[in-house]
Amino acid sequence: MDVILIDGLTKSFRSGWPGLPPVTALDGLSLSVHRGEIYGFLGPNGSGKTTTLKILMGLMRSTSGKAEVLGKPAGDVRARRQIGFLPEAPYFYDYLTAEEFLAFYGRLAELESAGLNRRIDHLLELVGLNEARTRQLRKFSKGMLQRIGLAQALIHDPELVILDEPMSGLDPIGRKQVRDLILALREQGKTVFFSTHIIPDVEMICDRVGVVMKGRLMAAGRVDELVSHGHTQSVEIVCEGLNAGAAPDITGAASRVLQQGRRSLLVLPGPDRLEEVLASIRARGGTLVSVTPQKGSLEELFFKQESPRAGSQADHGA
Amino acid sequence: MTMRQVVVIALNTFRENLRDKILYNLLFFALLLIGTSVLLADLTVMEHHKMVTDMGLAAINLIGVIIAIFVGIGLVSKEIERRTVYTIMARPISRTQFIWGKYLGLALTLLVNVVTMLVVYLTTLWLYRAPVHGALLQAVALIFVELLLVTALALFFSTFSTSTLSAILTFGLYVIGHLTNDLKGVAEQSKSETVQVVMTGLYYLCPNLEALNVKGQAASGVPVEMSYQMLASVYGLLYTALLMTAACAVFRRRDF
Repeated sequence: MDVILIDGLTKSFRSGWPGLPPVTALDGLSLSVHRGEIYGFLGPNGSGKTTTLKILMGLMRSTSGKAEVLGKPAGDVRARRQIGFLPEAPYFYDYLTAEEFLAFYGRLAELESAGLNRRIDHLLELVGLNEARTRQLRKFSKGMLQRIGLAQALIHDPELVILDEPMSGLDPIGRKQVRDLILALREQGKTVFFSTHIIPDVEMICDRVGVVMKGRLMAAGRVDELVSHGHTQSVEIVCEGLNAGAAPDITGAASRVLQQGRRSLLVLPGPDRLEEVLASIRARGGTLVSVTPQKGSLEELFFKQESPRAGSQADHGA
Repeated sequence: MTMRQVVVIALNTFRENLRDKILYNLLFFALLLIGTSVLLADLTVMEHHKMVTDMGLAAINLIGVIIAIFVGIGLVSKEIERRTVYTIMARPISRTQFIWGKYLGLALTLLVNVVTMLVVYLTTLWLYRAPVHGALLQAVALIFVELLLVTALALFFSTFSTSTLSAILTFGLYVIGHLTNDLKGVAEQSKSETVQVVMTGLYYLCPNLEALNVKGQAASGVPVEMSYQMLASVYGLLYTALLMTAACAVFRRRDF
């Protein structure tokens, strides 16, 4: 079952001046998120990620199209019982202490006192803020705010967790903590849908990813499928005891040849002529040091997505 | 609409008001009352009592209105500007529950304020041996109804405009609300049909806050008829309910 189902979602904003055309933030976006997966919603700033998340949470209405969360229309109050949400760069009631803050959100989520207190203890421990439990949020650092924000999103043990740029602005340790937390959620069978513009975050932890640009889904699928599909993978060969530049059969096959003393670095544009080059190196008395296939990356994909493709086709094919 | 979520929001709003040190105004109130009494001590006994009685009621009213307007305009707009509303609306709570929770939180703050000011006021009167009438309680009760109405007005404007604009609009309507009888007078005396239509429209549209003002009568020790007291209270509360309904309707349609 799809936990999130978006079909042909459009959102236009009126421009500030009469006569000017409306600004389109989402242009027929379609995607689906399956139960139990970590789905990375990747796109540059201004591509429509936050708008999508706001529509899913009922903070904003779509102009047209369908958005369903947990089988109910986006924004449905009943569905929100099973959703945890952390907005981008969140601002919270800073006059509350960490404990009071989580208690407030727990009560809003209709938790009873006894269970709530246990849950607060568990979450403060989980996000490493046990020491700061009686400190007001106005004295928290940015990383601490992000962590307490995650704790509030998880206070009612939701089935689906939606996070908007959860790792933005965090130091490497903070990012790792958030990554570990997301992975732990998947182990508990939760579904995590998070937006980001930071590619390595997605590559490291996501089961599937959707790339959004200018309000349209440009590609979607498993990370390994996306990075290999339609992209040439180059191969790097390092060998010793050979003047590779003087061998025409090698220079003809390689796109680049670098010679540093006895060591040569050869870059083949693809794996097609690999065996031929390896045989030539051996025949010339060279010693093979390493052969490294260079995989494509999401980054390449990210920057190559210029020409529009049907988002729904991209997703449904995944 | 279940009350549980409303109470959670209301109590948190009340706590926010306390931690924002709103109740410090009580110190200001006490100083104002005592200061006035000391300054006016040279006057004759009768005038002195009357002045302290008048000043006390006026101060309770003024301080209450200042809190109602300046906290009221931020109740919702601050939540949107600071984006705290995002995580709250992600919970199983309707927008109507949120609006009522914010409103009742400030109403509770105002109640605590007014009751405390009333206690300080009555104590001051007792210390100066000024007469304490039941009419004073009637006046303070109607002041509280006015504060509930002004808070609803501020909250209504803050659901669709900025804090500054909300403050101007609320204050403007507060002033007009005390001049509605004059509006009717202008309409009756004017020869221009446009002026008559506009003024009559304003007379019926704007809240008649002067109907809730019995301070002068109460300070003189003349009791307010219970039927009037009830009618004025019902009028104020109905107007408040209308404003709250409108505020909820606007807020339900908003994009954040």
